[in-house]
Amino acid sequence: MRIGITHKIETQREIVIARNLTVGYKGKTVWKEANFSINRGEFVAVIGPNGAGKTTMFRMLLGLQKPLSGTLDVFGARPRRGSQRIGYVPQRHTIDNETNIECIELVRLAFSGNKWGFSLSRREEKKAAFDALEAVGARELANKSLSSLSGGELQRVYLAEALVSNPEMLLLDEPLSNLDIRRVKELVGLVNRTVRSRNVTAFLVAHDINPLIQFLDKVIYVANGKVATGKPEQVLTSKRLTALYETDVEVLRDSKGNIVIVGAEDQGIDDHHEDEMDVI
Amino acid sequence: MLFSVNVFSALQQIFQYQFMQHAFEAGTIISVVAGIIGYLVVLRRTSFAAHAYAEIGFAGAAGSALAGINPLFGLLSASTIAGFGIAVLGNRATQRDVEIGSVLAFALGLGLLFISLYKGYATEAYSILFGEILGISGSSVLITLAVSVLILIAAALVYRPILFASLDEDVAEAKGMRTLLLGVIFMVLLAASVSIAIQVTGVLLIFALMVTPAATAIRLTKKPMYAVAIAAIISLFATWTGLFIAFYQPYPVSFFITSIVFGLYLIVRFIYRK
Repeated sequence: MRIGITHKIETQREIVIARNLTVGYKGKTVWKEANFSINRGEFVAVIGPNGAGKTTMFRMLLGLQKPLSGTLDVFGARPRRGSQRIGYVPQRHTIDNETNIECIELVRLAFSGNKWGFSLSRREEKKAAFDALEAVGARELANKSLSSLSGGELQRVYLAEALVSNPEMLLLDEPLSNLDIRRVKELVGLVNRTVRSRNVTAFLVAHDINPLIQFLDKVIYVANGKVATGKPEQVLTSKRLTALYETDVEVLRDSKGNIVIVGAEDQGIDDHHEDEMDVI
Repeated sequence: MLFSVNVFSALQQIFQYQFMQHAFEAGTIISVVAGIIGYLVVLRRTSFAAHAYAEIGFAGAAGSALAGINPLFGLLSASTIAGFGIAVLGNRATQRDVEIGSVLAFALGLGLLFISLYKGYATEAYSILFGEILGISGSSVLITLAVSVLILIAAALVYRPILFASLDEDVAEAKGMRTLLLGVIFMVLLAASVSIAIQVTGVLLIFALMVTPAATAIRLTKKPMYAVAIAAIISLFATWTGLFIAFYQPYPVSFFITSIVFGLYLIVRFIYRK
């Protein structure tokens, strides 16, 4: 970045701006009056209990759902479905251990699968797909079957799938669930390197903030119908969360600096179908 | 010897009969279509829907037989309308087993009524349910060819987006692809393919061409295009061999086709391992 940035460029740095954003479905508010802004190149964790509306946040950013009230700007405009500037890794994939298709095909399809007819530029497509796999250190998985990959390998391939169209923003929905601690560390490191080297903005939905916290620029904490955003050390304090939720919320830290939030999850709004510890 | 060892002269002998010519022509066209669409059926896990279209098509075929029209028309229109109907309910509706099951049971009952009202009860029902490739008329071959050409052109246009939407629907949707429209197109293509394939295998044995060859192929290769080709080759091999054997044997062609296809599936499933 050069010195002497004009005001205009300065505002463009903020690529996501939410003003009094209230979201939900007909007759049911998921969370309301969120105000936050996210800058280019920031690594942001979206955390909170199950059913608090973390995936809804992604649906808003992707333009798949409209706000109930307030506004959301992404890249200086209202989000629009099908933006090529966003790479998305959903939580659920239809891919499983029966999907005997090589990884490179999936990544290629993410590059050109939206085009009709036969592909005329196979070489260009293949190169883009190989480059994306290379970028996530999964070049050697190119000709392996999706059905044969481990959870960690699969997440790397999904990341390549999202990166192949060269997005400016990554939305990663629970990529860390079902990974063991070592794989979690590897993947978080990979996402962090991707964010820094490509200057992309990454939103990562997670249950546990601890493996992420050292890399994060911001955290979006969604619970009990409200959203708190800011630097982790600012947001994740007993005082701030207690004020936001108007109930006693305690942020505890153990000797290694691991964080546990207690209290905010008790009044989750819906979807309490899983009895999960809300350790974040 | 039940048949001549010389395949060439045997084929010469077989092709002297017009019904065998028609059977080979229709069988060849249908096998190719079934291989191509079948791969997507297996990938999207919509084999139950494929079966439902066949049975809904049965009602249409029986109805048009009753009305004195070529049953193929009834078959095509009933199953295509059903394909459209199921697809517009939403992509995931195709997995709603209970709804599909209820509709297909009703369609089968309706077909039974039409068949019982129709004088040629036994043979007509039998040929729709179990296939009568040896009875395909010249005009049916032409209709099959025309429908297949349309299916293949449409498939060539939409194969890539449908493949992607089948593999990773949520990402496809986020990329702005019209997954619902793609689902509708796929279901209509599937319904039309099932309708023409019924002539070979019949309503009840539809999996023999629409599912089993593709399920075998998907185990043999990781590349979608190869899998499509292998599925078509398996269907072709089974249909041709089945016709060939059936020419010399008093047993039904469908039996041979289903047996060959199933045999290959078993071999690949249990013996071939990567």
